[in-house]
Parts: sequence; structure tokens; C-alpha cells
Amino acid sequence: MKIEVRYFASLRETLGPRETVELPEGATLAALRDQLIATGGRHAEVLDRRRAVRCSLDQTMADESAPIGEGAEVAFFPPVTGG
Amino acid sequence: MAARVSVQTQDFDLSAEVAALRAGDPGVGAIASFVGTVRDRNDGLGVSEMELEHYPGMTERAIEQMIDAALARFDIRAARVIHRVGRLAPQDQIVLVAVTSSHRGQAFQACEFLMDYLKTQAPFWKKEMTPEGARWVDARVADDAALQRWGIAAGNLTAA
Repeated sequence: MKIEVRYFASLRETLGPRETVELPEGATLAALRDQLIATGGRHAEVLDRRRAVRCSLDQTMADESAPIGEGAEVAFFPPVTGG
Repeated sequence: MAARVSVQTQDFDLSAEVAALRAGDPGVGAIASFVGTVRDRNDGLGVSEMELEHYPGMTERAIEQMIDAALARFDIRAARVIHRVGRLAPQDQIVLVAVTSSHRGQAFQACEFLMDYLKTQAPFWKKEMTPEGARWVDARVADDAALQRWGIAAGNLTAA
């Protein structure tokens, strides 16, 4: 299935604002992050497991164990710093 | 019904917002508000300007959910949140949280709860311009701890 991945703040500066990713049915956010890391290069660097990276699924903060549905909107970003 | 959440580039007027929030509600006996402003120093460096990025759509939804949580948790009558985005300079206002209640205790608590929630759960990111160049502001463990006081795992910098 195809899903849209968006990036914000420092991740957006490195990876661009969005990309479309082909993913196995029922993959979790963790599996998506691992797949992106496996592409190497900048993805591997900024999504590294030692880094604090948060994610959302369909515009709601999500745990990486959450499964991704067809047509979902996923985003990865650094810890938030508003207020 | 008046908007509860605004994410905007333009400035806001605390007096006008409070007046609108309590208008027509004679049950209000207390109003608590918080205004956050841009400091000219952060983490040891001067800050000449700040740029605030957010996740349009998700930001508004996240803050609406926080207000719902505050209304369920505290005996308050109404709440209003405004957060600015884009370029801001030192002394500019960034964020407003205002809460009305019958009595002060719940208003103070709900106002602090909303700010603690917003700091770690609303998708905003600050980039500041310093003499050493632009840098993204680091999240603080203390902000996670502030939300955990309310029994909610923040999971922003610390594991949820």
C-alpha cells in the first residue's frame, strides 16, 4: 500500500516536507521508521533509533506500535517545543 | 459558538479575548490567563528572532482535545487558546491561555494544565536566530515532568 509521510522542523529541513512510501499491508509506525532507516543516507541519520523522534498517525500523536492503514497520513518530527 | 482555538501569525489582545470569553456568562467568578512571550536569551545565547513552525490541522485538533480534557477534568466554564506562528521578535507575545470558572482554584489549575499539555503535545517547533546562527530549540525534560504531575505521560523527550 502507498502512504504519505510528512516531516516537520529539523526533519523537514533534511528530508523535505513529504514523500510517498510503499509499505506492506498492516505495517506499524515502527516498521515504517525501520524501513526508512534501511534506505540509508540522510534517512538513517535523522531517524536513528538513538534520536528522539515523535510520530503522528492521521494527525494524532501516536505510539510506534500503531498499525498504519491504507491512505493514512503519517508524520515524523522532533520533540515539540511550542508554548 | 466563538472559536476556542486560533493558530495565527497576527498578535492578540488579552483584554479583548478575556472580555469575549466571559461575555454573557454571569456564573463566571474567576478568570485565569497566561501569556507567553519571546525572551531575548535562551540557553546562553542572545536571540534576535524566532520562527515558529507547526503542523496545520493537527495543531488545532490537538489543542481542541486538550480543552475537552480540561473541561472534563476541572470545574471550568470556558477556555480560549491562541498560539502564534511565523516570525516573532523578543518581547512579542507567543501564546495565550485563558480560562473562566466560578472560583479561582479551578481556573488557576486548568490554565496551568492547558499550558503543561500544550508544551509537550501540540505540534509546534521553535527555531531561534542567535549570533552563532539559527538553531532549533531543544525540548526540555522539565516540560515532560510538568505534564506528568497531572498523571499524564508526556512522551515528548522522555519515553511515554
